[in-house]
Amino acid sequence: MKRFLSFNWLMVYAAIYMVFLYAPVILLPLFAFNDATIVAFPLSGFTTKWFGLLWETDALHQAVRNSALVAITTACLSTVLGACAARASARYRFPGKAGMISFIMLPLVLPEIIVAVALLVMMMQLGMSLSLWTVVAGHMLICTPFSIAILSSAFQGLDQSLEEASFDLGETRWGTFHRVILPLVMPGVISSLLITFTISLDEFIIAFFLTGTDVTLPVYIWSQLRFPSKLPSIMALGSILLALSVLLLVLAEWFRRRSATRQGLDADASGGII
Amino acid sequence: MQDQKPIIALRDLTKSFGTFQALRGITADIREGEFFSLLGPSGCGKTTLLRMIAGFDDPTSGSITLDGKDMKGISANLRPTNMVFQSYAIFPHLSVAQNVGYGLKRKKMTKAEIAGEVDKALSMVDLQGYGHRAAHELSGGQRQRVALARALVMRPKVVLLDEPLSALDKKLRDQMQVELRQLQRQIGITFILVTHDQEEALIMSDRIAVMFDGKIEQLATPEELYRRPVSRRVASFIGVMNMLDATCTAQSEVGLTLDIAALGTIDLPKSAVPQGLDPSAIESIGIRPEMLTLLLDDGDSAEKVVEAQVTDTAYYGDMTYYSVLLPGLTDTTTISMRNTAGRAIVQPGTTVKVGWGAESVVLFT
Repeated sequence: MKRFLSFNWLMVYAAIYMVFLYAPVILLPLFAFNDATIVAFPLSGFTTKWFGLLWETDALHQAVRNSALVAITTACLSTVLGACAARASARYRFPGKAGMISFIMLPLVLPEIIVAVALLVMMMQLGMSLSLWTVVAGHMLICTPFSIAILSSAFQGLDQSLEEASFDLGETRWGTFHRVILPLVMPGVISSLLITFTISLDEFIIAFFLTGTDVTLPVYIWSQLRFPSKLPSIMALGSILLALSVLLLVLAEWFRRRSATRQGLDADASGGII
Repeated sequence: MQDQKPIIALRDLTKSFGTFQALRGITADIREGEFFSLLGPSGCGKTTLLRMIAGFDDPTSGSITLDGKDMKGISANLRPTNMVFQSYAIFPHLSVAQNVGYGLKRKKMTKAEIAGEVDKALSMVDLQGYGHRAAHELSGGQRQRVALARALVMRPKVVLLDEPLSALDKKLRDQMQVELRQLQRQIGITFILVTHDQEEALIMSDRIAVMFDGKIEQLATPEELYRRPVSRRVASFIGVMNMLDATCTAQSEVGLTLDIAALGTIDLPKSAVPQGLDPSAIESIGIRPEMLTLLLDDGDSAEKVVEAQVTDTAYYGDMTYYSVLLPGLTDTTTISMRNTAGRAIVQPGTTVKVGWGAESVVLFT
């Protein structure tokens, strides 16, 4: 009886928690379909015109293209760097390894605004002009640690004798990588690509500081918030981004679990981002 | 099959990891077609030696010659050896057939030829029809068979087995020991087995190298190892050996006289003394449990008889192991007796007569 009561209270707590967590997010699609310029209750009617408006805004399309370029480049580069670091940390022992890995992981907890200001100052000092490439550099800094975290579990689960078995059966080092290592860590690689892509796509502060005249999507959204009349279409855009982010994260987790199952590990027990 | 040409010649092999010397001078010839075992406690260097033959580790000094060719600088993928790993190392993303055919893909073979070889290898290990199965659908024993098929399909000169049966349960292990032995005899490829299980080594091997602390202490056939161990630690590692203090009190042209603790004096003929053994250096003797007999019936007799007290018994079905206390000793001595029809087990506390003879004694310095 006592146990039943405490269980019940915890359920209530969990429900309230969920409401606070997701109520603001639910408002986004709610107002995106609301037929009024002013974002406020009561709702006045259903419309899809805000989504239609997005379709006709050229500046937005340019921002989407910029963001896609930055996010894809960042995802690929940080996954490659992350794979190298994860493999080194899982497989080899070398002096200073723990310190090195900690420093690579540090940007995860550094305040982003500090990182952004520091990068801006440095790039100014070096006389580099701001462009989408400087944004990519900044994003790689914060995305690589995520990539390492995801890929580490993939590489650590890799039995070293699999590589030796392949080598023993006459395969070369490159062939072993291609035929054994890569297929086994592939789900982790895809998961890393999806997560770093999502992080880069959503990131605002670094992009705001380091971008030149080409703006990324979050920077574009921020600039539009000054115009109250644009607000409903920003809500529509926000809804699309929200759906996209959730989709990518779910995909990433699915691939990570598949990777764990392939290597015969318990997917729930092997950590992961979600 | 038993021609004496060495397929592998190991010469003065050493291996150091930092300051730790894993191998301290290994010299041995492994004959073509034999089942050769490296036996020893963990940390004796047997796995290191196997990995060096496979090409995963380089020796610090010394040479490995395989089929007449020096293996220095030849990496694992170019050596005519294939390994069955302790963890089996079955590729989890591939099917059974893809696992077995993995190494054949590098060779210039058509798909049909590969499929034929894979089928042949699978039927060799009694897994015909399992080709399409995924790796994770296999039981431990099946994984072991796939690992073996994957090595055999490469037609290696030597198959290396790193504790291949240690992950299996006892019953399956006993069965696989016999099967592996039969398979090896049938195909005639040289097998080198690493194991810490003396029973496994005795059952399967043509010859066994017993290793301690990075050295081969004795290299001999199973029977010779059991009957004539060269040192006390080999003797106690292979089976059960009762150790008793002994000194040589007299020697003559025909033999020597030993004074053995608890058992008394005995005359050994010269033929029972290994050549090169200094009789004055003898410190102890060993007697196997089955070489001692409990004289239970009135008619039983033996060359020598001593009285002892039974302290404990262990019943094994076919055999009973008695722990007896010989007069003047604090450690018990083990005696094994075959359980024949109508013979009751002697209860602890009983005083019994123990019979033994000169031919059962192994000398140690």
